[in-house]
Amino acid sequence: MHTITRRQLLAVTAATATGLALSPNFASAKAEDAMAVLDKFTGGKAPAEGKVTLKMPEIAENGNTVPLSISVDSPMTADNYVKRVVIVAEGNPRPEVATLHFSPKSGVAEASTRMRLAKTQNVVALAEMSDGSFHMVKRQVKVTIGGCGG
Amino acid sequence: MLSRRDFMQAAGALAAIYGGSAPWMQLAAQQKLSEAELIGFEPFGNVTIAHLTDIHAQLMPVWFREPSVNLGAGEAEGQPPHVTGSDFLERYNIAAGSADAYALQSEGFAALAKQYGRMGGIDRIATVLKHIRAERADNTLFLDGGDTWQGSYTANKTKGADIVEVMNALKPDAMTGHWEFTLGADRVKEIVEELPFAFLGANIFDNEWEEPAFEAHKMFERGGVKIGVIGQAFPYTPIANPRWMFPNWSFGIREDEIARQVEAVRADGAQLVVLLSHNGFDVDRKLATRVEGIDIILCGHTHDALPAPLKVGKTLLIATGSNGKFISRLDLDVGADGLKDYRYKLIPIFADVITPDAEMTALVEKVRAPYADELKRVVGRTDSLLYRRGNFNGTVDDLICQALLEERDAEIALSPGFRWGPSLLPGQEITVEDLHNVCAMSYPAAYRNKMTGKFLKQVLEDVADNLFNPDPYYQQGGDMVRVGGLGYSINPKQPIGRRISDMTSLKDGKPIDPAREYVVAGWASINQATEGPAIWDVVEAYLKNHSPVRVDPHDAIKVVGI
Repeated sequence: MHTITRRQLLAVTAATATGLALSPNFASAKAEDAMAVLDKFTGGKAPAEGKVTLKMPEIAENGNTVPLSISVDSPMTADNYVKRVVIVAEGNPRPEVATLHFSPKSGVAEASTRMRLAKTQNVVALAEMSDGSFHMVKRQVKVTIGGCGG
Repeated sequence: MLSRRDFMQAAGALAAIYGGSAPWMQLAAQQKLSEAELIGFEPFGNVTIAHLTDIHAQLMPVWFREPSVNLGAGEAEGQPPHVTGSDFLERYNIAAGSADAYALQSEGFAALAKQYGRMGGIDRIATVLKHIRAERADNTLFLDGGDTWQGSYTANKTKGADIVEVMNALKPDAMTGHWEFTLGADRVKEIVEELPFAFLGANIFDNEWEEPAFEAHKMFERGGVKIGVIGQAFPYTPIANPRWMFPNWSFGIREDEIARQVEAVRADGAQLVVLLSHNGFDVDRKLATRVEGIDIILCGHTHDALPAPLKVGKTLLIATGSNGKFISRLDLDVGADGLKDYRYKLIPIFADVITPDAEMTALVEKVRAPYADELKRVVGRTDSLLYRRGNFNGTVDDLICQALLEERDAEIALSPGFRWGPSLLPGQEITVEDLHNVCAMSYPAAYRNKMTGKFLKQVLEDVADNLFNPDPYYQQGGDMVRVGGLGYSINPKQPIGRRISDMTSLKDGKPIDPAREYVVAGWASINQATEGPAIWDVVEAYLKNHSPVRVDPHDAIKVVGI
């Protein structure tokens, strides 16, 4: 019998609710540069700061599964909402980690997931708003060998 | 002109000649410390907070030398607690050779120790607490900042039972933790369920559901004042210590969560908000600038002892030291609109001056009784001062590294940059108790592995960044990993990857080859199923062949760029 754990169920639910599209995070022969991913997303437009909150630990407890939650300050109404958010890890072999799609029906622009970080790097969350503007936030997450504190 | 440092050195030399009774020292002793003077405090306001932290299960009085090197990174450079030796004395207007000079800084330590005796002892702390409570019965809140259940032979043997029984008798109102978690999740849960007071950790979450794993805060009423106490466990416990021992708990600084808790206790009517913290001093200093509404942060983890609070914005930071050397008393005048004024004293626990509390002495004897013979078994003797504290090395760690190199037949030894572990004076016998005081913990296996020169560099860079990252939120609060058989230069002001240079094998004087594999021995690995004898057995075996030991300071580690 195959039983589904609460965690698996949650993952599925979250993906359905937000249209979470996880990119495979394998090393790629032609790994895209993080800037290129962001540029492609914005069409070259400069993003503003603010509105986007990215919660991640300062130092990862386990680089294989680093919790991440984003929220974007938006009324999420028909004429003012968040369309999508791309999450980019600057130092991963494939920097594009996920693109989250939202609509006014989402109610709030919030999502949580976990990602793998191979080494210390900046993680960027970039949001596209319905008026065509972009907002960005960047956080450094340290991945350490650990073991010598205290 | 003779500088104060020169004078101290001259005095130290004199002390050596006179066998610990140079004229200036006799004067120092004649200052006649008295219990009344040490404990004396003119009560003030309506609330008293007593704070004890990082005692590392030290039930008995100890020698404990404070660091001579404690560099601050970024904005903390040159700021307390990153002030040592004569600079410390000048900043706090403390006379060289005085009791406070002995208690608070490193210069002249071995000589002053003979004059002023050991510090700490939980039965002396009990006396001070009884005095405070007698004076301020309905006003006193006693808070323990954690790192309480680990650090001694008996705590290790009893999985914390000895120290828990003793602390319960001291009746804290709340505690938080760090090394406590290295007893393993099951044992922690078992103890916490039975604790007659709150174990607080607002930043500990179940890592599957992100649900709180411990009580976050507790409300108290003292002297008619509503007080919210929020607990903050060491944020990097699963990184600095073995995560596999408590695999379902996630920590982190979680600033937003603290802010949420501050709002919650304020909404509950708190007139005074206290953060009982194991963040480490520099993390707390930054936190105070970013989270509003905290009146007092009781700092722990980094083992700093400061004779005066540091005010950051409206928040008072208190640093109470470690190993039972001090207890803080903070009297507060709190009105309807919050904290109005305070009076503070860092009470030094001079073991020869403060009368032990008889009940507590009896309890300590009881919990130690099953191990009494083993505790006093002599395993060696030291002809030189053995101490641990300092950013880069300490003689007790040099001894541990020597033991690892020889007993494990290794080219290079690594020993963690812990800040716990008392000191031993020149001429002192080393007992099982002394030995375990510097290495008693739940993952003591002394491994023997091969590591490439490249990986060794990465280890040093990694730990150096935990110590010297200019943003305290990326610091873990330990000191630099100690090395044996290896020399290097370090520039703390460089970024990660560029701090360490000139790595040299001391065995042959050759530069470390990034591509070559070296045989490395070390202990306290955070990896599960690490194999090897316990570190205390390694050191005991070494002492058997080398006692008496003499470990002099060396210059294999060069600090540059500062």
